[in-house]
Amino acid sequence: MKPALSLLLSLMTLIAGARAHAEAPELFAGVFDPPRAAPEFSLPSSDGEPVSLERFRGKVVVLAFGFTSCPDVCPTTLTTLAGARRALGQQAADVQVVYVTVDAARDDAKRMRDYLAAFDPAFLGATGTAQQLGAVREAYGVAAERVARGESYAFSHSSFTYLIDRAGKLRALMPYGHAASDYAHDLRILLGS
Amino acid sequence: MRTTSASYWGRDSARSGVRRPLARAAALAVALAAFAPLAWAAFAPLRVASREALFEIPRGTFARRMAGEPLPILPDEIHLTLGLQDVLLLRNLDDVPQIFGPTLMMPGQSFRLPFRQAASYSFACTAHASGQMTVDVDAHPATPWARLAWRARALWRWVRSESAT
Repeated sequence: MKPALSLLLSLMTLIAGARAHAEAPELFAGVFDPPRAAPEFSLPSSDGEPVSLERFRGKVVVLAFGFTSCPDVCPTTLTTLAGARRALGQQAADVQVVYVTVDAARDDAKRMRDYLAAFDPAFLGATGTAQQLGAVREAYGVAAERVARGESYAFSHSSFTYLIDRAGKLRALMPYGHAASDYAHDLRILLGS
Repeated sequence: MRTTSASYWGRDSARSGVRRPLARAAALAVALAAFAPLAWAAFAPLRVASREALFEIPRGTFARRMAGEPLPILPDEIHLTLGLQDVLLLRNLDDVPQIFGPTLMMPGQSFRLPFRQAASYSFACTAHASGQMTVDVDAHPATPWARLAWRARALWRWVRSESAT
């Protein structure tokens, strides 16, 4: 009798688990399965204190990569993220946007602070040496290539953002081009999970 | 002579009278044979096995690449269609982390990316010689003409891939 009861309970647990999985709302972003711990880092930040994922444990972190002289992708992404935070209302307090520069030479803490404040004063910039920033990019699989632009230069870089849940798990990757409402949708799900 | 001639023409006319319906039937059959596949391609509902387009890195890929074996993992272009096959599913079955499409994937990890807008998406991808992977997402082929065009494109891509191998 006991083995039969145990089998029945296992079956019910399995079915309940499968149903919960099937009914889980789907993210608009690409989802990692299973999610792994987001690679940790510690970098100088635009607010003067080192920025790390540990610092924001309990919040959902949106991790973006770019550079402040970026003419198109970065301003679009940051505007979108600012819109998503506005759409979240009070829940936005539990969402931290961290913008990691790929331009170690030009993007110091002050420049990042001034730049990000134009989008959302709550955004945090992360900078560092070229080696530090390169190590973070490698851990996340982010590409960034310096390209000459006349007398100056720019970067061709990955345009997606990473969504990291309250527990520090790397849950999803949002491709470039999604609307603020898509971000808000996914962030609500991650905030609730 | 006239009679013979008349009878000759008369015979010919009679023969062509018999042939005409046959010719018409043959022409109709040819037209139908040509039209039926087009009609099917335009009106038959589209079906695919799964909404997910699955691409996997097989176990041992890294070791084989390190040994100098050229191993294509992902095609340079992936074609998806909204409402039909609009989810890109990447799976790393190798023993080491791999940059796969737009992301770094751990061993055993999968990445499922749904698309909701028809567009051409470019991703940096070190697995490609070009350093770039393109995902072309077509709109849902809702009209007969769109279904016909969709099937023609799919056939063309299949022919190209077969001739390349």
